Amino acid sequence: MADAITADTAPARASARPAGSGDLRLRLRQNAGLLGAVALFVLFYGLYNLYHPRGFSTQVLIQNANEILTLSLLAMAQTVPVLLGGLDLSVGAVMTLVNCLASHLVAGSPAQIALGIAACLGAGAAFGFVNGCIVVYGRIQPIIATLASGAIAMGLALFLRPKPGGKIDADLSWAMTNALSDFAETYGLFEDGKAAWFQPVAWIPVPLLVLSAFALLVWVPFRRTLTGRTIYAIGSAEGAAYMSGLPIARAKLAAFTLAGFFAGAGGLFLAIQTSTGNADIPQASTYTLNSIAAVVIGGTSLLGGTGGAIASVVGALVLRAISFNFRIFDVPPLLQPLVEGLVLLAAVSLGALRALRAKNRLELFR
Amino acid sequence: MSPFLALSGISKRYGGVRALENVDFACAPGSIHAVLGENGAGKSTLIKIVSGVVQPDTGAMTLDGAPVRFPTPAAANRAGVVCIFQELSLMPDLTVADNISISDPPRRLGLIDARAQRRRAEALLARLGCEDVNPQIRVRDLPLSRRQMVEIAKALGKDPRLLILDEATSALTAADVEQVYRMLARLKEEGTAILYISHRMHEIEALADTLSVFRNGRHVETFAKGQRTNRQIVEAMIGRDIAAQYPPKPERPRPPPSLEVTDLGWAGRLKDLTFSVGPGEILGLGGLDGQGQKEVLLALFGVLKGVTGTVSVEGRPHRPGSPADARRAALALIPEDRKTEGLMLPMSVGDNLVAASFDRIAAGPFIDADRQRRAIDEAIRRLQIKVGDPGDPVSTLSGGNQQKVVIAKWLMTQPRLILLNDPTRGIDVGTKQEIYRLLRELADAGAAILFYSTDYDELIGCCDRVAVMYDGRIVRELQGDAITERAIVASALNIEQEADPAHG
Repeated sequence: MADAITADTAPARASARPAGSGDLRLRLRQNAGLLGAVALFVLFYGLYNLYHPRGFSTQVLIQNANEILTLSLLAMAQTVPVLLGGLDLSVGAVMTLVNCLASHLVAGSPAQIALGIAACLGAGAAFGFVNGCIVVYGRIQPIIATLASGAIAMGLALFLRPKPGGKIDADLSWAMTNALSDFAETYGLFEDGKAAWFQPVAWIPVPLLVLSAFALLVWVPFRRTLTGRTIYAIGSAEGAAYMSGLPIARAKLAAFTLAGFFAGAGGLFLAIQTSTGNADIPQASTYTLNSIAAVVIGGTSLLGGTGGAIASVVGALVLRAISFNFRIFDVPPLLQPLVEGLVLLAAVSLGALRALRAKNRLELFR
Repeated sequence: MSPFLALSGISKRYGGVRALENVDFACAPGSIHAVLGENGAGKSTLIKIVSGVVQPDTGAMTLDGAPVRFPTPAAANRAGVVCIFQELSLMPDLTVADNISISDPPRRLGLIDARAQRRRAEALLARLGCEDVNPQIRVRDLPLSRRQMVEIAKALGKDPRLLILDEATSALTAADVEQVYRMLARLKEEGTAILYISHRMHEIEALADTLSVFRNGRHVETFAKGQRTNRQIVEAMIGRDIAAQYPPKPERPRPPPSLEVTDLGWAGRLKDLTFSVGPGEILGLGGLDGQGQKEVLLALFGVLKGVTGTVSVEGRPHRPGSPADARRAALALIPEDRKTEGLMLPMSVGDNLVAASFDRIAAGPFIDADRQRRAIDEAIRRLQIKVGDPGDPVSTLSGGNQQKVVIAKWLMTQPRLILLNDPTRGIDVGTKQEIYRLLRELADAGAAILFYSTDYDELIGCCDRVAVMYDGRIVRELQGDAITERAIVASALNIEQEADPAHG
């Protein structure tokens, strides 16, 4: 028998584990896209700070932290449907809707403010849940379902705020857009932010803490749930996920709900930063498209299955760092879109370099 | 012994097609029960019903004597019925550990415990002798044979009481097959019921206690191993007397070569290969899976980059930069995976058939509808593809007919050198015989054929010569009567044979 002979004398077969590679190297290789994005960010942001007259200072950091927060939250929002293999074209519109809602609700007594914030986050999640229902139960492709629902969100936003305006609690705006010391001072915490133990962290911009909280307290645990794992499984091979008995409908609903939640959070902080509600249609579209770009730069595959929300935040940071440099290098405003497009194309092309390495051309099509 | 799972009066129709008709079937704990039949005989439907993928139209199932229904695969799993499907059920972008524990990962505080999951994967893989698979690697980065082992480990992790293997060994290396056999023997001793579906007779001979034959949706008969000869079994499967399985090989001198390969090398995986094939010849590539046979075919077809050595086709140098170049040089490759490389599954049978020969049916930049229809009709007639309407999606055909579409697509380009990458994997006996006959006809008509197969019987029955590969080299070339299973296996393992008539 052929098989009997081979049992003990089997030659070294093609090993699945390349010789001498530890788990660290494996992880680095599996996250090559993210590492590239981190390198780009360090390059662009380092350049910006080097040439900035007050580079590497707390003021610059606080200003930048405010500029990246909303796009980073939207990039996280976009990541979840992309991991399923879909796209959510409504994230910018949901952001705008919640922005307008916040300009009505986030003011008054502390209790009212707290309730308003909860209502804003809840509204974003609810809108995302509706998106999920349309996709799961209406069996409509995510891209077209969210194109339509995004228009509806824009309509609601215009209904809430026909003209820019409204009001956000001024203390909250100040506290949320500055350093941690200002936050403490505003609300009389830690001896008005003067406590000795508090000084080492007093300089940290609040928007960065907010972003970290969303990433570490929402995304990271979610990714380790069965539902989160199922989202990756669906994007990787939906048929196999079904055959493995995974909760497909629940995972899709959760994915869009989470997208709505993050987009709503983006809208809430946009309102807190600008102190107004503004149903700005071009702004909503720009945020949607930039969120997709951020996801791609972060190394998440548009086909689904690989990547993550934190990688997309890095993608958003890269996008923003590119435009920061325009301010330093005096790129004429009329040239900025052209230059931004070229830099973006170059950045995304780095990911395509693997095509040059592949010795088996067939692997490029898998 | 009372059966673990019993089916009575099960019928299932798909549209107008009768897939199963009034089937009674039972399998006992602690036994390996082989199910035999051509593709379309109803084996797949039987498995799908047992494992909860589809619902029967009529009939009842009992588990341990109590009536059961499985509305979903998950429900079947909970009852201890676990199936290893022929189509892989792995998520390529997730790691091996993720995949093995996908439906019920170990959790702590509601969150997946990555470390426990990894240990679980290591333990399950070790049971299969696959310690070389790193649980943290992505399934996408594993070769096909290792993926199949991961698939088996995943099924084992569900603690099956009834384990169904549907062609689960067709992608495995011989050493892995041996590991799987041992695992099955152990499960059998522990009292697991095992249903085993395979098209490889020698596997069934080695493993099964009981055999059941299906034909045209009916359960023909069930008997204990050894009660029927192989010939009787095959006849029961196809329902008619079979002529010789392989067409006779013509006796004639070796033709002058039309494909000459000298010192072919690639990326350390192919080393100094020198061989040639002439018109009318079928050259087999043999050896264990993964010794470079597939790469030889891909290199000749322009898929690989950085190929060294010289290749000439009909006297002209051949250095294709893409499959399109290779096609222009009158080469054809029947690829390894018909679902992803051979066919555009959602497109129609007709569109798939003409996909490689647009130049033959085009009028200027447009496709000539008349010529296209004639070409499609001729291809369907020539290979006797069983198809309702050429406009149906190719995904609706059975596996054997899909493979015929792939072959017909390439024959339409009128190739003079045909490369085949394991073309009969997972295909029923009847279609296999048609393919063997077709290969001989093509050779007689002047084509040169390079034929890689994982089935030694096939190489022995079909090929004029067999080049056995080991570790990227051709270690031995067998010819005529020297092509025996013994010689192929010995060369495949790179063992020097003592009494060697060919060289002695």
